[in-house]
Amino acid sequence: MMATTVEAEGQLTPEEQKSLTADMHRSLRRKKIRAMLLVAPLLIFIMVTFVSPIATMLFRSVDNPQVSEYMPNTTAALAHWDADSNELPGEETYAALVEDLEVGRKNHTIGKAATRLNYEKSQMRSLLTGTARKAGRLKPPYKEQLIKINDGWGDIDNWRVIKRESKPYTLSYYIAAFDMETTPTGEIKMLPEQQRVYLQMLWRTVWMSVLITTLTLILGYPVSYLLASLPMSIANTLMILVLLPFWTSLLVRTSSWIALLQGQGVINDILVWFGLVSDDNRLSMIYNATGTVITMTHILLPFMILPLYSVMKTIPPSYMRAARSLGATPFTAFFKVYLPQSVPGISAGAILVFILAIGYYITPALVGGQTGQFIGNMIAYHMQSSLNWGLAAALGVVLLALVLGIYGLYSRLLGGNNQMSLR
Amino acid sequence: MALPSYAGPLETFWYYAFRIFCGMVFVFLISPLLIIIPLSFNVEPYFSFTEGMLAFDPDAYSLRWYQEFFGSERWMNAIQNTFIVAVCSTILSMILGTLAALGLSRSELPFKGMIMGFLISPMIVPLIISAAGMFFFYSSLGISQSYLGLILAHTALGTPFVVITVTATLSGFDYNLVRAAASLGATPTYAFFKVTVPLILTGVISGGLFALMTSVDEVVVAIFIAGAEQRTVPMQMWAGIREQISPTILAVATLLVCMSILLLSTVEYLRRRSETIRGITPH
Repeated sequence: MMATTVEAEGQLTPEEQKSLTADMHRSLRRKKIRAMLLVAPLLIFIMVTFVSPIATMLFRSVDNPQVSEYMPNTTAALAHWDADSNELPGEETYAALVEDLEVGRKNHTIGKAATRLNYEKSQMRSLLTGTARKAGRLKPPYKEQLIKINDGWGDIDNWRVIKRESKPYTLSYYIAAFDMETTPTGEIKMLPEQQRVYLQMLWRTVWMSVLITTLTLILGYPVSYLLASLPMSIANTLMILVLLPFWTSLLVRTSSWIALLQGQGVINDILVWFGLVSDDNRLSMIYNATGTVITMTHILLPFMILPLYSVMKTIPPSYMRAARSLGATPFTAFFKVYLPQSVPGISAGAILVFILAIGYYITPALVGGQTGQFIGNMIAYHMQSSLNWGLAAALGVVLLALVLGIYGLYSRLLGGNNQMSLR
Repeated sequence: MALPSYAGPLETFWYYAFRIFCGMVFVFLISPLLIIIPLSFNVEPYFSFTEGMLAFDPDAYSLRWYQEFFGSERWMNAIQNTFIVAVCSTILSMILGTLAALGLSRSELPFKGMIMGFLISPMIVPLIISAAGMFFFYSSLGISQSYLGLILAHTALGTPFVVITVTATLSGFDYNLVRAAASLGATPTYAFFKVTVPLILTGVISGGLFALMTSVDEVVVAIFIAGAEQRTVPMQMWAGIREQISPTILAVATLLVCMSILLLSTVEYLRRRSETIRGITPH
């Protein structure tokens, strides 16, 4: 493909050099394109099936269409009203409201706007739906009649909430996710102590994940050390005891822990049989935080052992022997020589277990009872039961930011080699 | 790691304490899996050993819960659904993941780190978040509550495993072999199927098994985006455990443990075979 001829001295003329460089660039570009074409199908696939859903969730957490869409006339009328004026909106706003309520009642859409407003201020739902039932019979002028039907329409704060939520985007789901509220005058403040839910839940999720990570480290470190120092044939056999749980369904392991830990379960039976616990005073080890911690420690332990083991495998045993021969006690040798070298394994295992734990949903839902629920369960609750999808999305984004932040910090600290290998 | 001859009494004590501790951890790891096997043969609907079971009375054991499982249309339907979804998503994951890994292993690929980050993101993002996002997005596309939606979701969750295992296999790959094939007159396609594929096949298959296991075991996304018609085995188990846990669950669990033993042996066999082929002797 190159028509250049090399002169006797091996020198290229400037034109030839240029064409050679161009050819090389072309060839490199072709290679680059070929590599990109190989990656492209999966990249596009992941973008469509995975990244877009996450983006949709981000959008959902700030999307606020209900009021402006289902109460368009009120929204338009309120645009001219000054919320700080301490005066109720004028007659034309009330007329717009009556029109919206009537249309909304016919199309069964007013409930959506009412539900949305109710997240911001309780009793807004009954105010809207109750008035909507009577709106059809009203004749102008509306203002006084509406206030007569429900004096909520004479409360300027309600109008402020409607005006605020008629904007197409909102931060109110995030405000709710951080246990805060917006007062009618537009201030953002913390909710009263007894109404706070999510921050406490997030905090509990974090500290229980830390606890589980610590427990897996305490249980996993000695085992990995043993596996790494035993002869290959024995280590491989013992490895089955780690890999089998790793390959077994999460639900299987959770249900077997239910069988083990429940009041009439195997462990309580054994304790009663040994007389350690009286029959009518059986330990409650499940459907509470204890159940979640025990079960999740078991489920996540292989994720700690495997990275630890793969790092410990690379530490030459002669280092410890050298330290001993130089007079170090076994403990000094371990803490000064072995432990520092196993740190990459500890951090890889810990970050993996922590990230997995913090997003758990299934196990806490099945064995967690009241006190062992995670933030993931709250997201599922708002997705499936309360149907407050905006709040579910906002909580999801908070959790996602936490996970990505920790992961980013980890890969920043450990440099480029941040791939969590399976083995 | 035998106890050295110069060990003092304290060190001897630690040595045995350490071994006993490790033994207990192994018991902790494996006993929950083993305990459910005898319990699944319990004739009574209890989760503990009855006196008859402890006395090895044959009448205390039965196949009752297995009969219930195999006789239940719901469970059989769930098996069928799980099978369809798992096989389709595994095949898709293997094809897409292997192609991507081939691209990623080329040094010419720009933005490699960023692309890798995107490709393995389904592994890092918590499942509950993926599930919520997929619920929103797939509903808006009209493919939630369909086999297609579930298969696409499980493929997305499974491909990172294929990408990682195949990339790892390719890291020791000698590209001179492909050049040799080309110099002997093989077309690129022929060289790919005759030289590259046999060498990376073990990586592809073990990645595929991870993807298969992900799909077979996946319940969070399934709860959110599958309808009653696509009910899979994990969904059925989830519903069973939440409502009233019956020993049928333990029978299913026992069967699943057997399946994981099978999968584990296959993956281990493949890993060793791959090490032999690539000339890495186990040490």
